[in-house]
Amino acid sequence: MIRFILSKLLYLVPTFIGITIIAFGFVRILPGDPVLLMAGERGISPERHAELSAQLGFDRPIWEQYFDFLGRLFQGDLGNSLVTKKPVLDEFLTLFPATVELGLVAILLATLIGVPVGVLAAIKRGSWFDQVSMTAALVGFSMPIFWWGLLLIIFFSGVLGWTPVSGRISLLYFFPDVTGFMLIDSLLSGQKGAFASALSHLILPSVVLATIPLAVIARQTRSAMLEVMGEDYVRSARAKGMSQARVVGVHALRNAMIPVITTIGLQIGVLMAGAILTESIFSWPGIGKWMIDSIARRDYPVVQSGLLLIAGLVMVVNLLVDLTYGLINPRIRHK
Amino acid sequence: MTQPVANQPTARLSDAAIRRQMLAEFWFYFRQNRGAVIGMWVFLALVFIAIFAQVIAPHDPTQQYRDALLVPPVWQEGGRAEFLLGTDAVGRDMLSRLIYGAQFSLFIGIVVVAIALIGGIFVGLLAGFFGGWVDTVIMRVMDVILAFPSLLLALVLVAVLGPGLINAMIAIAIVYQPHFARLTRAAVMGEKEREYVTAARVAGAGKLRLMFKTILPNCLAPLIVQATLSFSSAVLDAAALGFLGMGAQPPASEWGTMLAEAREFILRAWWVVTLPGLAILISVLAINLMGDGLRDALDPKLKRS
Repeated sequence: MIRFILSKLLYLVPTFIGITIIAFGFVRILPGDPVLLMAGERGISPERHAELSAQLGFDRPIWEQYFDFLGRLFQGDLGNSLVTKKPVLDEFLTLFPATVELGLVAILLATLIGVPVGVLAAIKRGSWFDQVSMTAALVGFSMPIFWWGLLLIIFFSGVLGWTPVSGRISLLYFFPDVTGFMLIDSLLSGQKGAFASALSHLILPSVVLATIPLAVIARQTRSAMLEVMGEDYVRSARAKGMSQARVVGVHALRNAMIPVITTIGLQIGVLMAGAILTESIFSWPGIGKWMIDSIARRDYPVVQSGLLLIAGLVMVVNLLVDLTYGLINPRIRHK
Repeated sequence: MTQPVANQPTARLSDAAIRRQMLAEFWFYFRQNRGAVIGMWVFLALVFIAIFAQVIAPHDPTQQYRDALLVPPVWQEGGRAEFLLGTDAVGRDMLSRLIYGAQFSLFIGIVVVAIALIGGIFVGLLAGFFGGWVDTVIMRVMDVILAFPSLLLALVLVAVLGPGLINAMIAIAIVYQPHFARLTRAAVMGEKEREYVTAARVAGAGKLRLMFKTILPNCLAPLIVQATLSFSSAVLDAAALGFLGMGAQPPASEWGTMLAEAREFILRAWWVVTLPGLAILISVLAINLMGDGLRDALDPKLKRS
């Protein structure tokens, strides 16, 4: 097992170096002057241009700049935002819990609904439940989630007036930031109505973000279950006279879960892409909205480091998925 | 097994006949999937609408009727017969804009898939065929691209290249290309040790011929399925980029861009928000339905499962 983990880790080194090269080089390898790019359409005086270039180190050779970038990276220095002047890492860490909270609730929704639906659809293959749920899954899989979010806002906020349109919690509540998760912090604060307010803000964005993963998980669970149900050991279990619940729950489900867990893990990249759209629609103060705003403002240290942090995060999560996969499936580990 | 095989006259089929037979078999399996057939008809209708947009559309998609701002669809109170699906905030006919929008979506899908497919096949063939360090380098680069969430990487690429439809398509194609490279590589590695390849090599076929003419045609099935899936994702991602202001720029009647312009009227005029999204959903759904059918018909492992 240790050899397996080490080999996986070693495998990541070139990928990580590649990520740093892309994050570092995306402004530089393409035509155009990053300083002019940052100045935008307002234009810039030659003196200010030289000053900014020197300040950002653009007057030095490119490889020197890269190693400088790497060196600072390993000291935890990711540069400062051009707009707020604050360290990028601080901004990231402030906003990150909001995205994690949204993403966790979304993936929880997707798993808790998707897996049972997939299992049931597989057991009752060809039934109306199978057909309806799989049609719904395909619609969900095809959904432009930015539009789906707008529809939900029209209906639940506009027509019914049930949920707020944007933000994480009503401005009426103030409480200390303990965990960074609004749902937990609002409970800890003990203020009446705070939790309900946080929940009502969270519900629509998390439903929107959960839509595509939910569809993928339901489809994947169904096909994994169908495959396993055709195996000999399931037939043997049936032949021994075991109940349907035991055959499905113990023999089939456990084996079908192996590919499903991988699928759930791999949704993290999908979630990050979805977070950009979801957070932008609901003005959710997280990483996705931060990236979009920074791209629009051409705050390029933020874009560069944000890209690096997000890709690094996806990489680590994928590694964890790989390791879990090895843990539950010995065949992979001993290959 | 002593069957009198020799007595049977061996039917000698021409290449064209074999191809016809394969097509017939494919159609047989494809037709069994009702959803796939529906998806195909919807897709064909979209293609028809896109090609004949000029004839079908009742108005010019950029013509602003200043006396008809935010007119609701015809069946609603205040609707006008000349604007069947109403007008947007500057008085442009929604129906005409939606019809012309089909052109954008299909164009985006075709261009993105073509670039990603050709690039991916080429790179994947190189990696799979030569192996060794060529393979290692290429696949590591693909891993790096795949480490970024696709929409995020596309967004950043567009931010650098400059917002616009062409740049959005290039960005999306770059992000999709590793999927094709991986599939091609896997298929090539599976095929390259088979007897027919060895036979062709012994017969003196050169590397290029072996790669493109001998091996590639036998790797196409998974690539076709991936191409349909990428087609629908490309339509979605391009619409998302348009929605975020990074794709097609106004006044283009691209569906995502239309949605971005309609956002502020979300609670006042449901039709300017609902209709473009519905158009995106229907086209993506149709292509995905078709993709499911293609997979069932082309992938022998999943056949009848």
